[in-house]
Amino acid sequence: MSAYKEIAWNGLWKQNSILAQLLGLCPLLAVSTTLVNAVSLGLATILVMMLANFAISALRALIPYEIRIPVFILIIAALVTVVDLAFNAFLHDLYLVLGIFIPLIVTNCIVLARVEAFAAKNGLRASTFDGLMMGVGFVWVIGLLGAVREFIGQGTIFSGIEMIFPTLSGIQVLPEDYPGFLIAILPPGAFFVLALLIAGRNWLEARANRRLLEKRLHEHPPVAPATA
Amino acid sequence: MSDPLEIARRESSVLRISVRTAAIMLGFTLVFTALMAGTYKLTEPLVAASAAAEKLRLIGEVLPPALHDNDVMADAIILPPQKVLGTDDDSRVWRARKAGQPVALVFEAAARDGYSGRIGLILAVAADGRLLALRVTSHKETPGLGDYIDPKKDRNKTRPWITQFNGLGLTQVPRDKWRVKKDGGRFDQMSGATISARAVTNASGRALAWAVENRDQLFALPANSRHADEGAKQ
Repeated sequence: MSAYKEIAWNGLWKQNSILAQLLGLCPLLAVSTTLVNAVSLGLATILVMMLANFAISALRALIPYEIRIPVFILIIAALVTVVDLAFNAFLHDLYLVLGIFIPLIVTNCIVLARVEAFAAKNGLRASTFDGLMMGVGFVWVIGLLGAVREFIGQGTIFSGIEMIFPTLSGIQVLPEDYPGFLIAILPPGAFFVLALLIAGRNWLEARANRRLLEKRLHEHPPVAPATA
Repeated sequence: MSDPLEIARRESSVLRISVRTAAIMLGFTLVFTALMAGTYKLTEPLVAASAAAEKLRLIGEVLPPALHDNDVMADAIILPPQKVLGTDDDSRVWRARKAGQPVALVFEAAARDGYSGRIGLILAVAADGRLLALRVTSHKETPGLGDYIDPKKDRNKTRPWITQFNGLGLTQVPRDKWRVKKDGGRFDQMSGATISARAVTNASGRALAWAVENRDQLFALPANSRHADEGAKQ
């Protein structure tokens, strides 16, 4: 596997920030009430992770090891502030939708974790790509979580899309008189759905491992120990 | 090892490293603070312009443009924090006039007793004491349950919950009936989410009574002047 393929695979699945590293759960659980909210936060997170990984990879030779964490936090907080202001000024319509999520990204420890584990040790291009892939891995899981919670909780999908694309509107999947299932939208519901997703990932991983093992056993059957 | 010269040398090198590290930290802080300050300065006029446009849009939602002919954004007074309105910071009261005659007051208020946190409101109160309309500007009520106070989230699109206040004043609905039905008042609430409706209803009643009481003074003050503080009024 080439280095970039491995970075992509780590971000999307193997080291997935939510399913494997269980990082950044605070904004994750707070915002994943609907698909649109979840994906919006995820897109803002991708942007910040790419910027943070890029900046720290570029500056890594200048940062003394002893004070790297405060410097990382300083850089991440500054970048988030700059992104927040720039969105507000230049993409105001989008800011009205995403604006509340951008400051939340500072609380997402996945950004600091990737900077520390990857960008501080790797080159510019690989680091930026790692930020992108970790971000995409975050988006697909938080999006799935948001879609499941929205579907169970309100019986809709894509509700709130009109905030981003005024011509579209949410789809009522379940009958109009669906009473809703509030717990899916409240924080405990986020934990339930997240637990199911993690269990599903572990099950898939365990199955893949068992198949690999069976294949190996098939190819190289164990030699029966010689009887003394 | 107990050679005093050696100890002194080691201490000075520890000191040197500390100073160097601190200087680097300071350097990073300066550079990134400058970056933030620069972006802030650069974006400030654009941000202020979009905030003003956003305010204008909100005012337009509660105040039909046909009712007035003055520049509402320019004809504003500054209001210090008012306990009865639930405001923490300076806010503005915009005055709508037609041919110089007072038409309506538009101002912001907040309910602090929502289900989760502060509910921001904007109200337009006509000069005759009727509430023209109100809107929720910000809230954190439960999605799908308490968020019907915002007409964009209300499932009843033809007659959203928040519109039942339109056109009513304290002469039509007495002050002690300006409550949700569950509290013996006049206004509907949705079962299972009374708290959100109660918070908005009570806050709008308080704000309406305040506007009616201070109406003449609010219309009379010159534009961009400051309304007397709560304490100074006594």
